[in-house]
Amino acid sequence: MMGQFRHSLLGRLLADPMAVFAMTIIVGLVVVAIFADAISPHDHTLMNLADRFAPPSSTYWLGTDNLGRDTFSRLAQGSRIALYVAIVAVSISGTIGLVLGMIAGFGPRWLDNLLLFIFDTLRAYPTIILALALAALLPRGLSTVIIVVVITSFSEYGRVVRTQTLSLKNAEFILAERAMGASAARIVFHHVLPNVLGPFFILAAMNLPVVITIEAGMSFLGIGVPPGTPSWGATLKDGFDYIRNTPWIIIAGGLPLILVTLGFTFLGEALRDQLDPKLRKSR
Amino acid sequence: MCIFGRGEKMLQYAFQRVLLALAIIFVAISALFTIMITLPGDPTTVLLGPRATPELRAAFRLSMGLDDPVLVQIANFWGRILSGDMGMDYNRNRPVSEAVFSALPHTMALVFGAIFWSATLGILLGAFSADNRNSWLDRVSGILSVGFIAAPSFVVALYSLLLFSVTLRWFPTIGAGEPGDLASRLYHLALPSFAIGLAWVGYVARIVRASMLETLGENYIRTARAFGLTRRKVIYNYALRVAILPAVQVLGVGIGGMLSSAVFAEIVFSRPGIGSLIYDSVSGRNYPVVMGSMLVAIGFFVTCALIADLVNAALDPRQRAK
Amino acid sequence: MTDTLTVDGLTVHYATREGALQALRDVALDVPAGQIVGIVGESGCGKSTLINALLQLMPENARIAAGSVRLEGEELVGAPSRRLRDMRGRDISVVFQDPMTSLNPVLTIGRQMRDIQYRETCGNAEKLSRAAAMLGRVGLPDPEAKLDAYPHELSGGQRQRVAIAMAVLMRPKLLIADEPTTALDATLEVQIIELLKELQREIGCAILFISHHLGVIAELCDRVVVMYAGEAVEEGPVADVFLHPSHPYTAKLIECDPGRMKTKVALLPAIPGDLPDMTTPPEGCIFRDRCDKATDLCRTKPEALAVNGTHWARCHFAAEYGA
Ligand SMILES: Nc1ncnc2c1ncn2[C@@H]1O[C@H](COP(=O)(O)OP(=O)(O)OP(=O)(O)O)[C@@H](O)[C@H]1O
Ligand code: SF4
Ligand SMILES: [Mg+2]
Repeated sequence: MMGQFRHSLLGRLLADPMAVFAMTIIVGLVVVAIFADAISPHDHTLMNLADRFAPPSSTYWLGTDNLGRDTFSRLAQGSRIALYVAIVAVSISGTIGLVLGMIAGFGPRWLDNLLLFIFDTLRAYPTIILALALAALLPRGLSTVIIVVVITSFSEYGRVVRTQTLSLKNAEFILAERAMGASAARIVFHHVLPNVLGPFFILAAMNLPVVITIEAGMSFLGIGVPPGTPSWGATLKDGFDYIRNTPWIIIAGGLPLILVTLGFTFLGEALRDQLDPKLRKSR
Repeated sequence: MCIFGRGEKMLQYAFQRVLLALAIIFVAISALFTIMITLPGDPTTVLLGPRATPELRAAFRLSMGLDDPVLVQIANFWGRILSGDMGMDYNRNRPVSEAVFSALPHTMALVFGAIFWSATLGILLGAFSADNRNSWLDRVSGILSVGFIAAPSFVVALYSLLLFSVTLRWFPTIGAGEPGDLASRLYHLALPSFAIGLAWVGYVARIVRASMLETLGENYIRTARAFGLTRRKVIYNYALRVAILPAVQVLGVGIGGMLSSAVFAEIVFSRPGIGSLIYDSVSGRNYPVVMGSMLVAIGFFVTCALIADLVNAALDPRQRAK
Repeated sequence: MTDTLTVDGLTVHYATREGALQALRDVALDVPAGQIVGIVGESGCGKSTLINALLQLMPENARIAAGSVRLEGEELVGAPSRRLRDMRGRDISVVFQDPMTSLNPVLTIGRQMRDIQYRETCGNAEKLSRAAAMLGRVGLPDPEAKLDAYPHELSGGQRQRVAIAMAVLMRPKLLIADEPTTALDATLEVQIIELLKELQREIGCAILFISHHLGVIAELCDRVVVMYAGEAVEEGPVADVFLHPSHPYTAKLIECDPGRMKTKVALLPAIPGDLPDMTTPPEGCIFRDRCDKATDLCRTKPEALAVNGTHWARCHFAAEYGA
């Protein structure tokens, strides 16, 4: 049944041109990340001071930066960082949010209120401003990026999962199971979890580009990756510092970010259209 | 009697919301403060920055009661804040409150500019799409909206700086304009606030479109039309009034995101503001200023979300009945 | 005497995934001036569709495939939208099914009642005082204060009175009421019916009254139209139809539970069987699947047969059955 479901979901996604566009970009990103070393025409750390600020050419496909490093090779390496942070941070914050959301939904009233208050409070931190404050306390690096993302985003999963759980809690089939004495674990794993996962994965898909943007943004501000790491944000920072020398670093550095966020967002949209029957009908 | 009853309900609702907002600000800032004083390392370095002299440190340790229990320190911290003392910016030798409150108006202008862009363009786009639903213009505007939402705001800021300021020279590249000259201020504000607002144009357009379509299906819209009100009046007066409500809420909550984007806009366009203040303070490890900026940023955000919520309740009488 | 409303051969289709749903097929009925005509029929038989077609306010997927709707002789099907708008609210007005959702939740009652008087040249104060007077007329206590109230601040019965006040405010020629009492309890229902009767006498309008409740129809109406699965199957003076039903469906409704004629029910008495699929309606008589009287003859479509001068039914055996 599951296989059939997945098959038909994929089938339906493939029938949607925007979803195909989105999946092409995402598959492209993954391929580039895996084969970054093989497809890079140059060593991304190699400085070629004679060729500083070179415009795009057959040697340097996307030009070079202020140190004469090949921008294309740096961006290819950057895709690894982007994907790594996105996957790790979304998994951690998603898991925390999933567990807390179900606890809030199923737990006693006071616990629900407490968790809701915590979710509300965490939402009061503007992400990048909190990132700056924490950057003053924590060492610079990807783990700091991940910590910032987790703190500011698990509450979002928590809210969605809580709402979903609450609406299921009093659904007739669950009340019937309870009346028959089913254990809490059975109800959670057999009924609640499967029903919560749909909206949860849509949210996760929508959050991947947000996380990638946060990483790039923090690296742009110099509070993300350590110096010299070829994050997309770091490349953009170089481009910004030398905007009067050459526009190419910024133009090239922004492209993968825009493409990837577009790809994930369109995929999230398409997933939502397919997984949420209510929305599908209203279209 | 009836009117009195209604006002009372609204007041009660407002009171609850204000309490919640205060509690959120209190807990959010206290949590940050706690992290700051309990993190390993010499707290005097943390709070004064590495440049402070040993004498300054000793005096500071004493004055701040750094050896007191954490709860006492939090209480003292709030005591000082409430008496208007946010500490000293030792790097530039001025009170933190001065630094923070001279920066805040610039950030507020940026955020409200972004809201202006997103509300006007977003509502127009959304209402237009709903009015012409399923036409190709509706589809294009749908795809554009998603594109706006997806594009990272700092890339938008960088690209628009590159295109409109550096290359075309239509807009200035640096600063917030001449003090006291409104035209110059607005001229400097236009591009950065647009860069922040673009994503929200997308959000607002989508929400207005969806809630408008939902509203147009409601019975009271049919009632209005059954009484012969014109289609335009019904759509842009009756339906839009209801359909805007969720957009107000989203923009209120969205100010958090806009504050994050404002950091980038301030740095990319070299503007003063909370974002660039906190950015400069972090590189200088200027913790009192970081704390003060956080307090003001969170306070501003929570207040705006609260106002949006109350405006919504005032516009939608059903809301406060709940 | 000219008829206020004449409906002829009205056929309405909804475009659906499964094909065209034939919600109304060849419906004919008349509402004579100054009379109250009732429509009864099971849920889903097309009553609301009929009203929307009369107002020419249909969902996007609806299409009038054939037929005509005339108000005092003027054709509404295909009339310019300006003209239709002009008539709505002034010549025809409606009280909709659900008082909870048919008033705008974010505007005060006064604002809504003021807005619908947009044709009047008088000032806002005058419009509001007219609105208050009408609210008082329909029996709302403290009408001035009600002008400042939002719909959610009123009870269901009060909202329905507001809706009625709005509908009669412009003294229409035809008042349509789509199950205006189903959402209300029995005592309120009686009051609303009485109110409609009084208003009808005062204004002299014709009323098209839709209900599930046979008793209410018997009480209020002069004539009744019985609908089944998108067709009008019987029409005649109320007493005549209820005492001498000439269509087996009407007879079933009445005989199934005559006690219900006196009490309030949300649904018509249940008769065995289901409505036919309206996307592919069966050949012949539409009621054949559920009719005990059916014979081979019923495989052909019955015409409307006159029982007497003002009473007809769409059944091959109408004459013998009703006698
Ligand atoms: N917009 C629509 N699209 C498709 N089918 C519709 C639509 N509106 C109504 N229908 C169908 O048309 C038929 C008649 O519906 P209608 O609402 O007119 O019934 P009704 O007699 O008013 O029922 P009720 O007593 O429940 O109000 C039903 O089968 C209904 O499902
Ligand atoms: S025509 Fe035949 S099937 Fe139809 S109602 Fe009359 S007897 Fe019944
Ligand atoms: Mg109906």
